[in-house]
Amino acid sequence: MIGDASNLSSRAIQLGFLALLVGAWQLLSSLGTISPLLLPSPDSVRIAFVKLVESGQFWSSLRVTGSTVLQAWAIAMIAGSAAAYAITRSRFLVAVFEPVIAGIFAIPLTLLFPLYILFLGIGPSSKVAYAATYGFFPVALNAIAGFSAVKEHYLRAAHSMGASAFATFRHVMLPASFPIILTGIRISFFITFASVLGGETLSSVTGIGKRIALAAELMEPAEMFAWIVFVIVFSVATNMVLSMLESRASAQ
Amino acid sequence: MNKMTPAGQIVSSQTAAISIQNVRQQYPGRHSSAAVLALDDISLDIPRGEFVCLLGPSGCGKSTLLNIVGGLIKPTAGKVQVSGRTIDGPSPRDIAFIFQESTLLPWYTIRENFHVSFKFSRIARSEWQSRTEEALAAVGMSRFIDHYPEQLSVGMRQRVNLARGIALGTDIILMDEPFAALDEQTRMVLGEDLSELLAKTGKTIVFVTHSLAEAVFLSDRVYVMAARPGRLKTIVEIDEPHPRSPDFMLTTRFGDLRNQLYGLLRDEVREGLQIERKSSAAAGRT
Repeated sequence: MIGDASNLSSRAIQLGFLALLVGAWQLLSSLGTISPLLLPSPDSVRIAFVKLVESGQFWSSLRVTGSTVLQAWAIAMIAGSAAAYAITRSRFLVAVFEPVIAGIFAIPLTLLFPLYILFLGIGPSSKVAYAATYGFFPVALNAIAGFSAVKEHYLRAAHSMGASAFATFRHVMLPASFPIILTGIRISFFITFASVLGGETLSSVTGIGKRIALAAELMEPAEMFAWIVFVIVFSVATNMVLSMLESRASAQ
Repeated sequence: MNKMTPAGQIVSSQTAAISIQNVRQQYPGRHSSAAVLALDDISLDIPRGEFVCLLGPSGCGKSTLLNIVGGLIKPTAGKVQVSGRTIDGPSPRDIAFIFQESTLLPWYTIRENFHVSFKFSRIARSEWQSRTEEALAAVGMSRFIDHYPEQLSVGMRQRVNLARGIALGTDIILMDEPFAALDEQTRMVLGEDLSELLAKTGKTIVFVTHSLAEAVFLSDRVYVMAARPGRLKTIVEIDEPHPRSPDFMLTTRFGDLRNQLYGLLRDEVREGLQIERKSSAAAGRT
């Protein structure tokens, strides 16, 4: 019950912080010290957002970015867990590849983005490939940690009962490592999302990132802020949902 | 085929359920000269329907031998035959394993754990339910069929674990110190139950333990092993019908047998301690 109370008060503080932020924004823009070209008022942003939704531009851009993120995320999850499964078949492979994967993840892969454009063009596929590459690492690293942490005696027992590799994976390895893998999957989502947005901002024909870049170029700050606020709200909400799933999985 | 009828006389022929032939197990050391000989030329035949114990000091390779019999470890040399077939990997149709730690999966209920084990062992789905219920009833744990393992005490969990091993329906059960993690009293009670359960089924049991009392109370035959290298030292027969009552433990014969085993092991243990002290000093740590 103490947990509940402290949880409640921390929620209240979080909401208060958010209100403070919006209040400061409103205050700064109504004082007129900052040009509305740089900081449009909350109300003009709201109006711009309604206009975006009504024009249909919101949904078409959301669809492009959304499907790019989902494809990239799916590839990252499948490739990341498959690689981790293969690597954790032997301690030796873990010793060799875990530092390599962690090392590559430490490099700012944005450096390679122009290569993706060069190979795959400015359509969504370059963004899918780039974001999938980035999103692969947290999934692989967490899945390696998860699969390696599966208790030896569960595996030995399954082996002694003649369990197939698939049955062992399905009933022992996956449930045992699921909470850790889920953390990797959550981090992977935000990395793929950020990579797709970043990629679209840099070089793209459409998508939310492109819209933001375009609005900035065309000096339409209200539209730009409308997109930015949407992305922030969406990210926070997604994080809350994924974290909830994660804590439910580890509570099991 | 049970060796003992309730009256205790020998009924079946001495056909071996498990035949261990010249088994040698060597583990590679850090250097080629440091290779460890875990088992040195072990040969023994375990008769069908017998309850036998492998007893010995730590490092005598008794668990290794059990794992070789179960097909979990491939021996460096020699072979193991079960019902005339050479063991080459786990054989879930003939052999069930019960380990020291409960291997019930915490994310499944007891029922689901049994079902997954049956799935692993490729037992027909139609039998899952009845086998689960019967085995749990046999150990008096039917009430807990839909509980998760964490909801049970350590002793209850190991009881369920035992029931699962039996439910797999194999002729042979290998037990690797199944009661080692339990307190003395729980251990005694589970031992009594095990003696009673297995007297009815006629299964062949190989039981690894370092408890002298457990070895005497449960086995028809105790294989006493020596360490460094692991080898068979002697065989002690315990001629007492199953199921055994706790009164057996109060008899002078029980005490004598226990002392006899202790006498056989004492020097081994002393020697082992010295070797350990020497080798850790040489390694320059701990």
